[in-house]
Order: sequence, then C-alpha cells, then structure tokens
Amino acid sequence: MIYDVAIIGGGVVGSAIARELAQYELQVVLLEAQNDIGKSTSKANTAILHTGFDAKPGYLEQRLLRRGYELLRDYGAAAGIPIEPLGALLIAWDGAQYESLPKLRDTAHENGVTDVEIVSTEEVYRREPYLGQGVLGGLLVPGESIICPFTTPLAFATQAVANGVHLSVNSPVQAVQMDEDGLHSLILPNKTIRARYVINAAGLYSDTINRLFGHDEFTVTARRGELIVFDKLSRPLVNHILLPVPTKITKGVLISPTVFGNVMLGPTAEDLDDKTATGTTAQGMAALMQQGKRILPELLAEEVTATYAGLRAATEHGDYQIHVHPEQRYICVGGIRSTGLSASMGIAEYIVTQLGEVGLKLILRADFKAIRMPNIGEAFPRPYQSETMITRDSSYGQVICFCERVTLGEVRDAFHSRIPACDSDGLRRRTRAQLGRCQGFYCSAAVMALLSEETGQSIEKLTGVQA
Amino acid sequence: MTQQPDVLIIGAGPSGLAAAVALRRSGVERVLVVDRESQAGGVPRHCNHTGFGLRDVRRVLTGPDYARRNVQLAEAAGVEILTNTMVTEWRGATGVRTTRPSGVLDIQAAAIVLATGCRERPRSARLVPGARPAGIFTTGALQQWVYLQRHPVGKRAVIVGAEHVSFSAVMTLKHAGLDVIAMLTDLPRHQSFLAYKLIGADRWRVPLLTNTRMSAILGKQRVEGVEIADVNTGAKRILDCDTVVFTGDWIPDHELARSGNLTMDSPSRSPQVDSLLRTSVPGVFAAGNLLHAADTADLAALSGRYVAESVVNYLQTQIWRDTDLIPITFDSAVRWVSPHVIQPDNEALPNHHLSLRVAVPLEKSTIEIWQGKQRLWARRYRRLTPNLPVYLPDTFLKEMRTAEAIRIIIRPSI
Ligand SMILES: Cc1cc2nc3c(=O)[nH]c(=O)nc-3n(C[C@H](O)[C@H](O)[C@H](O)COP(=O)(O)OP(=O)(O)OC[C@H]3O[C@@H](n4cnc5c(N)ncnc54)[C@H](O)[C@@H]3O)c2cc1C
Ligand SMILES: Cc1cc2nc3c(=O)[nH]c(=O)nc-3n(C[C@H](O)[C@H](O)[C@H](O)COP(=O)(O)OP(=O)(O)OC[C@H]3O[C@@H](n4cnc5c(N)ncnc54)[C@H](O)[C@@H]3O)c2cc1C
Repeated sequence: MIYDVAIIGGGVVGSAIARELAQYELQVVLLEAQNDIGKSTSKANTAILHTGFDAKPGYLEQRLLRRGYELLRDYGAAAGIPIEPLGALLIAWDGAQYESLPKLRDTAHENGVTDVEIVSTEEVYRREPYLGQGVLGGLLVPGESIICPFTTPLAFATQAVANGVHLSVNSPVQAVQMDEDGLHSLILPNKTIRARYVINAAGLYSDTINRLFGHDEFTVTARRGELIVFDKLSRPLVNHILLPVPTKITKGVLISPTVFGNVMLGPTAEDLDDKTATGTTAQGMAALMQQGKRILPELLAEEVTATYAGLRAATEHGDYQIHVHPEQRYICVGGIRSTGLSASMGIAEYIVTQLGEVGLKLILRADFKAIRMPNIGEAFPRPYQSETMITRDSSYGQVICFCERVTLGEVRDAFHSRIPACDSDGLRRRTRAQLGRCQGFYCSAAVMALLSEETGQSIEKLTGVQA
Repeated sequence: MTQQPDVLIIGAGPSGLAAAVALRRSGVERVLVVDRESQAGGVPRHCNHTGFGLRDVRRVLTGPDYARRNVQLAEAAGVEILTNTMVTEWRGATGVRTTRPSGVLDIQAAAIVLATGCRERPRSARLVPGARPAGIFTTGALQQWVYLQRHPVGKRAVIVGAEHVSFSAVMTLKHAGLDVIAMLTDLPRHQSFLAYKLIGADRWRVPLLTNTRMSAILGKQRVEGVEIADVNTGAKRILDCDTVVFTGDWIPDHELARSGNLTMDSPSRSPQVDSLLRTSVPGVFAAGNLLHAADTADLAALSGRYVAESVVNYLQTQIWRDTDLIPITFDSAVRWVSPHVIQPDNEALPNHHLSLRVAVPLEKSTIEIWQGKQRLWARRYRRLTPNLPVYLPDTFLKEMRTAEAIRIIIRPSI
C-alpha cells in the first residue's frame, strides 16, 4: 500500500490535518506513537479557544490562529464539540499592567479582533464580584471561549476515519528513508509505511522527526505548565475566563471555567530537558495557590478535584515552525507551542493548501461525511437528563460515575465508537468517567470491570501490575 | 413522572435506612429511600470485616451482614427503596429530580432527609505531587476493588493516614495478598484505638511512620515508589511500592446540600443543622456521616433514628427551627463540632453528645463549655488527637440559662 500522505503525530494538529485531507480523494494514514489520539500535550492544556487578540501581528501564528478560531467555532457547533463563548477579562492589578491595556487593545484591533475594549474597575467587579481587592481595570475580549480539549482531536480523527483515513496507533516512527522510486519509507517497530508526502506533526518530538529528514531549523524545549482544577461547586465564583495581563516581568496565571463545569487555575511555566516530565511539583502547586488567592480568594476554600501538567513544545523562535520542503515532499509542523488547540483547523487548512502548491492533487470527494460527537460538556444536554434517550435505552438512565454523571450507555458507546477507548485514560477523555471530585472512590471498581470486559484485557494489564 | 411520598430519604446507608425504619414505626405512611448505587446498604456493603452494629444492633456484625440486615429491616417495615436512582437536582424546597434506568423521575415530599454520607479525600485534593500512574486508591475504592469486584490490586502498598479506616485498609490489602510496607501519618501518633492498631497493623508488622508525609509519587504508568519526608527535618527518602492508598481525611458528600443553597457549616463542610438535625431549609433534614465525617456506622444509624423523631414532629406540627438559634463557637484548637447550632428549648443532642474533632494534637488538656460567664461543663483529657472523635455529653444543655452563644475552649490542664 502506498499512501498519498502520511501524517506523523495524532495530537490535535495531526488529527486536524487528517480531517482536512479526508475531504479529498486521497489515501491518507495518521501515525500515532501512543495507543490513542490526543494523549500528549493536546489533552493537558488550559482549553481556551483563543481569538488571537494578543498574537504578534505579522506572525504566521497570528494568521492561523485567527482563521482557526473561526473554523473551529463553527465546526465545534456542527460536530458537537462543547464550546462556551464566555468571553475573557484581562485583569490589571498594578500600574504596569494597567498601562499596557491600551496597547493590548490596539494590537487586538490590528489583529482583527475589533470588539476588544477596556473596561472600568466597577465594570470588572460587576462582571466578576468575587475578584480579590485591588483591581485597577480590565480588558474585555468577548470572543474568547472555553472548549473541550478531549473531544476536539477525537472529533477530527473520528471524522477523518469515517471518511477513509487510516489511523494507525501504537505506531512510533523511528526512522525515515527516501527510496529510489522517490517514495518515503517510514520505519515503525514492526512495519514500514510508504508514502509520497509526509507531514511531521509530532509535537514535542517534531524536532527529532525534522532531523530524521535532515533539517535543523529548531529545537523543542518542553515548557511545563502545571494546573489545578477545583470542584464544580466553585463554578459560580467565575463568569469569564480571567486572563492575566502579560508584562515583561511576570506572565501571571489564569482562572477559567472548564466545559466540564469546574474552575481551573494555572498554568506555571518552567523549561525542562525531559520531554516526559508531566508530573506536578510541590513548588508549582504552591505558586499557583498563592497567585490564585490574590485573584479569587474564595476559590482556595473549595476542594481540589485534580492537578495535572502539560508540556508546551517551545522553541528558540517566536513563531510556529512550519517549514515546507517541496523537493522532499515533506512539511514540518513543529513548535505549535501554546495556541495549537485553537489554531488547529487554521493550521490544517494552510498545510493542505501548501501540499496542493507542491504538487499534491486535491480532488474533493463527493461523499464527505459529517459526524456528531457525544456531548460531554455541562452547557449542553447530557444523556442522564434526557427522558427520550433513557426511554430508548435504559442504560442512559444508569449513572455509573456519580460525580460526573456518566451513564453506562455512554461508557458502552465509548468502547464501540469509531475510535474506541482502550484504557481508563481513553475512557475518561471520551466520557468523563472518573474525572470528578471523588477520583474513583465510588466508581473505579465498577468502571474497571467494564473496561476489562469491553477491551478483553486483564486488570493487571490495564493497571500495569507486574505478574 | 412524579412520586409523592410523605418523606424522601436520600441515601440508603446505615443512617438513611435507620431513619426510614423509625419513620415507618412511628406510623408515617409512605417512606421512600433512594440510592444511586445498584445495591442499598451504603458503605458497609464493602467493609468486609467485623465491627459493625455495636451501639445500634447491640451485636457485632461484618459490614456486608450489617448492610443486608439494615435493608431487610427496612423492607420488612414497609419502606420503599429505589436503587440505581441518583438525585441530580432540586425541584423546589422539598422536591428533587432523579435519574433512573426507567427514566427521569421527580419526587415531591413533605420532608426530605439528606443521608448522603462522606468520602475520603483523594490524592489530588491533598496536592501530593508527581505523575498520575495507576495504583493509587482511597480505602473506599480499594474495598470495592477487592470485595465487590475481586480485582487484583498490586504487590506492595504504602498507606497514607493512620485513622480507624487506615487500619481497615491494612486488612483489605492483606486479604488481597499485598505486602503493606508502611503506614504514614504527618501527626506524632496514630489516630485510632489501640485495638484497631493491634488488629490492623501490629499483627501484620506494618511499620507506622509518624511525623511523615508523602512528598511525591514516582512512576509514570504504574506507581514505582513514593518519596516521603520527615515533617520536622524535611529529610526525604524513597519507599519502593506499586500501590498507594489514601485513607481518611474525610469530606462530607455535601453536593446536594450545597446545590440546594442550604446554609453550610464551613469548618465541617456539612449542611448546618440544629440539635434536631434540621437544616436551614424548612422540611429538609440531614443525618449520618454527612454531618460527622466519619463516625462509625452505628452512630450514623443512631443519628438516623434520631432524625426520624424530628421529622415526625415536623410532619405533625409544621414547626421549623427558630431563627435565633444558639451558635456554638470554638477556638482554633477545635476543628469542628456537630451539630452546629442549638435550638434554645432543646434538652438533648443526637446520640446524646456533641461530636468534636480537635485541630492539633494536645496532651493533658481540659475541654470546657461556656456560656457567657458561666462554665457549663468541663472534662480533663490525657490526650486529644486530631481525626479521633471526641464526644461531649449533652448534659450541658440542661445547665444553659440564657440564649447566648456557647463557647468551647481547650486549655492545658492544671
Ligand atoms: C499548559 C498548557 C496550556 C495550553 N493552553 C492552551 C490553550 O488554552 N489554548 C490553545 O489553543 N492551546 C493551548 N496550549 C497549546 C496546545 O495544547 C498545543 O499547542 C497543542 O496541543 C499541540 O498539538 P500537537 O498536535 O502539535 O502536539 P501533541 O498533542 O503533543 O501531539 C503530538 C503527537 O505526536 C505523537 N508523536 C510524537 N513522536 C512520534 C513519532 N515518532 N511517531 C508517531 N507519533 C509521534 C505524540 O505521541 C503525540 O500524540 C497549551 C499547552 C500547554 C502545555
Ligand atoms: C471506606 C470506608 C470505610 C469505613 N469503615 C468503617 C468501619 O470499618 N466501621 C465503621 O463503623 N464505620 C466505617 N466507616 C464509616 C461509616 O460506616 C460509613 O461512613 C457509614 O456507612 C455512614 O453511614 P451513612 O448512612 O451516613 O452514609 P453511607 O453509608 O455513605 O451512605 C450514603 C448513601 O447515600 C447515597 N447517595 C449519596 N448521594 C446520593 C445522591 N445524589 N442520590 C442518591 N443516593 C445518593 C450513596 O450511594 C450511599 O449509599 C467507613 C467509611 C468508609 C468511607
């Protein structure tokens, strides 16, 4: 089998590219090193659909972010990705921050985000009565939204697969070679994939893959961001995405509702050598708590539901590292640092245009199928609330994860979907099961029984108990 | 669909079922108990060891037997129990919406009893840093893995906490064939009865590391070890294990209480109740470990019996608690008390005591109850330990002369 295009990396970016290519009469393969889509940085971020109001004018990132925002907003509504247009408030707590508001507004306007405006202290408190004391003013960005980071890459990949893209998980690309017939061979542990064009969307490892193709434009450094997720009972404390005002001295942290109805505090920023260091640290947590206390004092009285850390693929450059090598029929999509979720569809559209320009024949297929993902967002109806769904199938009335109100029916669906869940992390990202405040106190035993039954794997295997 | 029982009890644990039985015995016609689990009985269903029922049944049973007995008594008393029925939201002051396999069911009652119990704080809520590998449990989860599903757990475990429940976790781990290599507590001593420690830990030679906290969990896919730190010196070392169990450190299951906008008692995180277990919303009562996380199951059951009397009284008189209740205040050595406010003319408390927890370990101390300039009650204690229940007898109520606030202070004994 010779593919027209092989995509390396099934994060949100690679999945978006796969979906975009699925619209055309092409043979496409999506290669993901792990056992599922979206398991790396794409699942551990702050989940904001950015307008790009503060992006650097003239950068490719700005352009693709702006475009990606619009595409994803519309696509999300059609495909059932939870998105809530809450709007963001940047809060100025000191003189330097306050003075930078006009410039931020002007940049936003220059970037085409024209509804951004400066608001008074009174207006800030009117909108956010629980903010700590000392607000000097704010900047309102009405378009900023929260989005489900789990559903987004899954939706892209699901639609890609539904339209004939071949998804190959557990497929780490270890070496590449250009054969005499001009085709690429991508060497995996137990097979070789042959393709005419290759897209490198390997996230933190995009530099490694890039070097396999003989290029050295950038090096990825993992920039860890730690986050704290508070109990849903804290949700009434926040109405907008509360963003910090970036200044030269501090970056600050944000507080934002999540589409699951929690409130998130973070992220930190710390450069690391280890690209697998997704653990949290005592220092990180303490720093977040300290900053959170200033912004929203009452938040700290609430229980913590989860903590996690994600790694941004930072590089020595300011902009995305998108490099087209026509002679090799190879495109590198690296260094998608901290806006990749929002920009994903903009990036995908751009990459496919580039592929067309370097000679890939793009013929639209007549039968491009739409998809609709199961809703896991709080702002939209869920099965446990639906008399119609329960009447049709009583398993939608059987709540098994109480904290997140996940039903047996949804769990079953996750195992029988086009890209089925194969472990508890995959199940969490598809249904929210075990994601809640009790962290499995009530449901983990029952959920694991289902997981084992549905995947045919033993509990030892699923939980890594040594024989 | 809507059901209209006289009393709706949310939670079929020891407290909810005991309340239901007592209500039926007092002649209340339609008593409905709902529980989101597929089996009624509450937490004891999966506490597969003895020690249940001492003060309510006056016999000692295993947890599962105790749970079964409670369900049978309720059924025999004519209580209607709906399992797989999760209350998801309030519909009016004494009505709720539920989700069941047969559909969405609304329930409107003349009175509601919240008996939703309590759970243990998980690893994340304790902010223990590190990655998120498999092999991390709470006792509640562990018991269900071992006794309800018979899942394999791991090989070598470390237990965080040294309360009653922590020793029960040792037993569960031993039943499941694990080595328990250590039990940690950041306090200077364990917080249980000596007997529990003997049965639970000494018998299995489990070292108890006091003044020790877990500073990180190691391992990416599966737990590979834990880093522990001496709370005084900060000295760290690594313990090799593949399983970690977080025990105790209770939090009431107060989600419904809060979403119903009931006044909350912030120290205990329970809905604020008076001496008759009435919440701030007329017609809504609370009972069991939702109010004192976590007393033993028999006390939860007795609290259920007690609330039944209150409910009957309310159904007959429609009288709710006064607006000028007597608050109970305390100094920083006290973590919380339950109940939280006193109805002036009441002469008794549930189980005839005020349940109290101290915030810090204390030696040779006296607990005193004051009202204005009058000392109502005092007792000397050789030792007061956080997490270990302290029960102050309710006889002090009879000494009250005014409606001033009650103050609880702890001072060194002379
Ligand atoms: C703390 C934090 C907060 C963030 N907040 C936001 C936000 O609010 N909004 C926003 O838009 N963005 C945000 N981001 C950025 C966003 O998460 C990333 O830009 C985006 O997820 C990058 O997607 P990706 O597909 O490039 O990378 P990844 O998700 O890392 O995907 C790359 C994939 O490639 C696979 N792979 C690697 N090597 C190989 C190989 N050799 N063979 C096969 N597969 C391979 C990996 O397994 C992985 O699945 C945030 C990031 C962080 C860390
Ligand atoms: C892990 C663990 C071990 C324990 N070990 C012991 C022991 O060895 N000995 C001892 O004496 N005590 C023990 N206890 C303490 C005590 O037994 C329990 O807390 C006791 O069961 C309390 O009774 P309860 O009725 O208050 O709550 P629970 O038994 O917790 O019952 C509450 C019930 O409410 C239901 N519920 C909650 N919310 C909803 C909702 N929204 N809709 C429908 N139903 C709902 C739950 O499903 C549950 O069944 C233990 C507790 C735990 C958690």
